Amino acid sequence: MEKNNRLLNGIKFFALSVFLVLYIFPFFIVLINSFKERKEILENPLKLPSVLNLSNYIDAFTKMNYLHAFLNSLIITAFSVFLITLLSSMTAYIFVRKKWKFNQFMFFFMVASMIIPFQGIMIPLVKIYGSIGMMNSKWALIYMYVGFGASLAVFMYHGFIKSIPLELEEAATIDGCSQLQTFFKIVFPLLKPVTTTIAILDILWIWNDFLLPYLVLMAPEQRTLPLSVFYFYGTYTIEYGPAMAALMLATIPVIIAYLLMQKQIIEGVLKGSIK
Amino acid sequence: MNVNQEKTLLAKLKTYLIFAGPTTFAFLTVIILPFLYGIYLTFTDWNGISATHAFVGFSNYLQAFNDKVFWTSFLLTLKYVFFTVILINVIAFFLAYMLTSGVKGQNFFRAGFFTPNLIGGILLGFIWQFIFSNILVYLGKSYNIPIFSGSWLSDPDKAFWALVIVTVWQYTGYMMVIYISGFMNIPRDLLEAASIDGANFYQRLKNVILPLMAPSFTISVFLTLQRGFMVYDINLALTNGGPYKSTELISLHIYNTAFLSQQYGIGQAEAFFLFFVVAAVTLLQVYFSKKLEVEN
Repeated sequence: MEKNNRLLNGIKFFALSVFLVLYIFPFFIVLINSFKERKEILENPLKLPSVLNLSNYIDAFTKMNYLHAFLNSLIITAFSVFLITLLSSMTAYIFVRKKWKFNQFMFFFMVASMIIPFQGIMIPLVKIYGSIGMMNSKWALIYMYVGFGASLAVFMYHGFIKSIPLELEEAATIDGCSQLQTFFKIVFPLLKPVTTTIAILDILWIWNDFLLPYLVLMAPEQRTLPLSVFYFYGTYTIEYGPAMAALMLATIPVIIAYLLMQKQIIEGVLKGSIK
Repeated sequence: MNVNQEKTLLAKLKTYLIFAGPTTFAFLTVIILPFLYGIYLTFTDWNGISATHAFVGFSNYLQAFNDKVFWTSFLLTLKYVFFTVILINVIAFFLAYMLTSGVKGQNFFRAGFFTPNLIGGILLGFIWQFIFSNILVYLGKSYNIPIFSGSWLSDPDKAFWALVIVTVWQYTGYMMVIYISGFMNIPRDLLEAASIDGANFYQRLKNVILPLMAPSFTISVFLTLQRGFMVYDINLALTNGGPYKSTELISLHIYNTAFLSQQYGIGQAEAFFLFFVVAAVTLLQVYFSKKLEVEN
């Protein structure tokens, strides 16, 4: 029995390894070809590069305006996530602690709206914000992310705040804290686990999002990383080498973040999915 | 006893605006206002540029529903959703089962299979475009494998399966994480008790594992359904609807109708149709899954 189990585990390990290698294979292909010249790629795309030539990377880095796109992505993601967590936690707090009819209605309204797919809104969104001159700006985009991200975040905070006992807040009130002070000094720190979960889910979403920035940001200097890869790839499809380097450049920051925070990210997805 | 009890309507309003004002405003202006305005747009002939538009009644809906291309795209999306939902959930379930059975390097495997979910669909689509049109063709020519001799992306039927493969590859890891949490919530002694009572693998799966995993199925099928209907990035980057519009899924079709053909009203009518379908399908799915969960 014991021996059988070990054999079974060995087989499982082997099968999983083969599957994982297949799974990761596409990234490996991009990596090796990002160092090669066009001729070398066409001859044999599976061969390891003969030299570690970085010229594709330099090419892609400058033509994509990489630093700029990276900073745009960073600013948009950071501000959106900060605002979503801050504003949604405050909203959820008032929804839980003040059982007014209107609050209950708004909460229900927000949760119900989660069924609306983005495609159902995108056309009028472009029309409305285009007509008041709010297109082509990161700040308009961040504002939209707050709107799109609020419902889920409020819903998740709502579930968590319900489980926090009132006594702590009552004590703070007796000590003379205003409602805002009570929230920021007592409640918000207690929300850290949900805040982490929401932040991770929203970072994955906003950092990688394509369609909304594609609709809102027109000017080249406003482009986020996925956008700049898209336009770069569209212009240089035949230039395989630089195109592969561009894909690597856009992937590397995410992989680094993943290596550093792998456990939190998987946990965040896990908790976020059980809504 | 609570000092912070708002007595007047004005005090309530003040508290509400301080805490929930910005969220409410952003929510109403970004989601609800465009949604309502969208309903209005479907009854107009707005072309995206002109300042005025005429009221055209139901003609946008009629045009959309009489458009063969729209139905082809919609049916293709249904086919796509059907295959991706089944394949993703079966593979993810199986992976999760293996990765909760105490195999060596469990955490490493989990992290590995999750990797594609960190990267945007546009990038994934481009990566696979290279795989399908270069790597596989190279393999096909070098080793005489007929199925890879031409690029899958230039064959209408194979391009569809290319889309399915990439989608399955992308989301399996995510759903695997959900199933792993389900498996970890199954009490060990329950499985052991079943084993001692002589239940074989199939009986344990049917009578113990599957009923206890029902909540994970509800979530995972819901997410895969929703994402399947709304897929855009991968469709755009991998095939861009080609060859000859043969892989244009519904989201891409809506985008093209509205923003490329500048038929905003028709595009929005199609978008509403998609909204109703997604809402109906996902609500029905959750309703029946919850019912199943309770019965078990």
